[in-house]
Amino acid sequence: MTVYLFRRLIQAAGVVLAMSIIVFIGVYAIGDPVEILISPEADQYERERAVKALGLDLPLWQQYLAFLGKALQGDLGRSFVFNEPALKLILQRMPATLELAIGATVAALLIGIPLGLYAGLKPDSPLSKGIMAGSILGFSLPTFWVGLMLILVFAVQLGWLPSTGRGETVEVLGMRWSFLTRDGLAHMVMPAINLSLFKISLVIRLTRAGVRETMLMDYVKFARAKGLSPRRVIMVHVFKNILVPVVTVVGLEFGGTIAFSVVTESIFAWPGMGKLIIDSINVLDRPVIVAYLMIIVLMFIVINLVVDLTYSMLDPRVRLEAKGT
Amino acid sequence: MKSTVRAAGLAAAFAMAATAGPASAQPSAQAPALTMAVAAPVTSIDPHYHQLSPNNAVADMIFDRLVGTDAQSRPIPGLATEWRAVEPNVWEFKLRPGVRFHNGNEFTAEDVAFTLERVPNVPNSPSSFAIFTRPIRAVEIVDPLTIRMRTEGPYPLMPLDMTSIRVLDKETHQGAATEDFNSGRVAVGTGPYRMVTHRNGDRIEFERNDAYWGDKPAYARVTYRMITNDAARTAALLAGDVDFIDQVATSDVAKLRNEQRVALSEVTGLRIIYLSLDHLRADASPFVADNDGKPIARNPLKDARVRRALSLAIDRPAIVERVMEGAATPAGQFFPPGVFSYVPELTPPKPDPDAARRLLAEAGFPQGFRLTLHGPNDRYINDSRIIQAVGQMWTRIGVRTAIEAQPWSTFVARAGRQEFSAFLIGWGSNPEGSHPLRNLIATWDRERGWGASNRGRYSNPEIDRMIEAAMGELDDAKREKLLQDTQRRAFEDVAIIPLHIQTNIWAMRRGIQHTARNDELTRAQDVRPAAASAGTR
Repeated sequence: MTVYLFRRLIQAAGVVLAMSIIVFIGVYAIGDPVEILISPEADQYERERAVKALGLDLPLWQQYLAFLGKALQGDLGRSFVFNEPALKLILQRMPATLELAIGATVAALLIGIPLGLYAGLKPDSPLSKGIMAGSILGFSLPTFWVGLMLILVFAVQLGWLPSTGRGETVEVLGMRWSFLTRDGLAHMVMPAINLSLFKISLVIRLTRAGVRETMLMDYVKFARAKGLSPRRVIMVHVFKNILVPVVTVVGLEFGGTIAFSVVTESIFAWPGMGKLIIDSINVLDRPVIVAYLMIIVLMFIVINLVVDLTYSMLDPRVRLEAKGT
Repeated sequence: MKSTVRAAGLAAAFAMAATAGPASAQPSAQAPALTMAVAAPVTSIDPHYHQLSPNNAVADMIFDRLVGTDAQSRPIPGLATEWRAVEPNVWEFKLRPGVRFHNGNEFTAEDVAFTLERVPNVPNSPSSFAIFTRPIRAVEIVDPLTIRMRTEGPYPLMPLDMTSIRVLDKETHQGAATEDFNSGRVAVGTGPYRMVTHRNGDRIEFERNDAYWGDKPAYARVTYRMITNDAARTAALLAGDVDFIDQVATSDVAKLRNEQRVALSEVTGLRIIYLSLDHLRADASPFVADNDGKPIARNPLKDARVRRALSLAIDRPAIVERVMEGAATPAGQFFPPGVFSYVPELTPPKPDPDAARRLLAEAGFPQGFRLTLHGPNDRYINDSRIIQAVGQMWTRIGVRTAIEAQPWSTFVARAGRQEFSAFLIGWGSNPEGSHPLRNLIATWDRERGWGASNRGRYSNPEIDRMIEAAMGELDDAKREKLLQDTQRRAFEDVAIIPLHIQTNIWAMRRGIQHTARNDELTRAQDVRPAAASAGTR
């Protein structure tokens, strides 16, 4: 176990390092942040001053080494745009994104698994067919369109929910959370649903496929033959076995939701990390882009780790040591 | 992806909005609180950190300038009550007595001197305000309410430059870092509002400064939200979540005009959209080719007749009507009427494809040539669609034009390296002809700091001399005449091809009134409840 964790950590460091080099070269290739940030009326002297102030006058490899040296001391640089530490900017916005992603994932599991189970157990009932048809919509409707439709129906027309923003927040552990207030929750409903539609469909389909496959397995037949109640057969024998793929996919999706919920965040003006990263890319705010991607890489590694650990709990046949490559 | 989001979103927005019934309860018109939603995020509360319109708008609410500007960007007294050049190279500003900062500190000449000293020394600034303080050689405090600024030679632009500098308090802001402003610790000015909270990229909350020296703003509390998505901003207004939005998308304007619950305010701005041509190369220009696709040995764009032909080929009213949906004014020069140094007879050229073809033939291109027109696709209103329209118009006179639109971040770097032959770009002017002339038309000259945004590298020594003469003329009437002559000369030579000037549009819930500013700034002090019967328009 320890060896396994250690190996994973080394891997993580390698990925982060490679990623930071790619971002440095990438941003350098796209353009010059100063050209974008500087006021158009700035003269040549002012342009040179700005380039120097942001440390962009040095050769790229020197800029990179300087960054690396500071990063080893925990300083990921200051944002070109905000003149605040990049890490602080990201962490400030992280709770907003986290609560949205968790809300969306919980909704996906709570809605997706029961519906998927039903559709898998009674594949021929009209309701199941309806569920499956609905899940196709969930896959295929673009998020930005669904988001705007939600706003128009529930905020503009019916006036039930606030259209955009985060609402009232409560400070816990030095971070601001909105799921603890009624107003905050009201603001969260639509973006969370918008974000979870795709996931709900995914969970429904995975669960249904798993159930249909598992129901034909010998051990299920045997359990039924043994006279166990259908409830016990489904909840213990079937359910536990379909969870492995569901956990894998939901875990990875969760990472994706945190990292790339850009569209939902901009439509609902949700002040999370997704908006920060897209704004930063538009103005080539390199310190923020690098820091953000570093955090995301770390997060994916942690999620994968958690997923692997969950496997071993769900399925005793999975041995962690054997997989650690 | 962004434009897709916008387009599809709006189509949806209006399908629904048209049938929308009364939304959530509307607050009464006299409510003391106002919620505004702006499109562009404010990146800093430090008024000297980043020269950026959204930052300047917020800075105008918290801080004051020596010289203010009215809605038409004309100078008006601010923290200085009067100013004059006491000697050709010395400006004297008389300061307003009895002004206090939000924390009670008194405003004096010391604070002005401190401010001028701080401006060029803000660490890490990606775009500093130092360009406005650099002409100052020495600052002299005559008495607590009089300050003098000495320049190298006569410098008529000093009052105009002072409209860009927000004044800080020496006592409070000594050693203050940009972060301290953002956290609210030292967000202390003399302005009409105090900042209460600031959540980066989300919202800023203000409360009225009841001790303000000038006109008291109408709203006691203001929430300034950032909603970058156009459709979402419009929806937030229609849903009643916000009272006021800026940068209304041109595609929404027609529908919002018919919306009972909404009023619009609009004004012709100071942002000109124009085409810049390659003046740098006398030989082959990178994106010009003959009709067989082979490079042309001499750059046709160096010939004024070709440039005039390209300008005459463009049907500006059609672009304004169809592409901009009316939210612009065709342009033949930098400014709309009413701005200092506007030239009355420089009207937008009438589209005349026949004359354009004749000019091309005269210049030795009877069969035309091939050209690629570049432009950004995420910077100016409808930018990529404008270059498509221009491309078609040019093709009609025989200049077969290909179009290439790209993200601003890539585009601006390439344009700055003179990689293009022809490209679309915009310019937001200060209301004084020397400003665009010096930056866009004057020869690129590092020593002088001229032509920094002259990306086509137009160069005409005669015009440079004319600008220089105007820049040394303290008498406003004489200077205006000189600037008008210079512009006449520049546009006669088609240094750039002006297309249109954008209209700035705001939308608000009915019952609110707004003074539209041509400098695009969205500030709470310009908003107030409408008089009982008067509409906003």
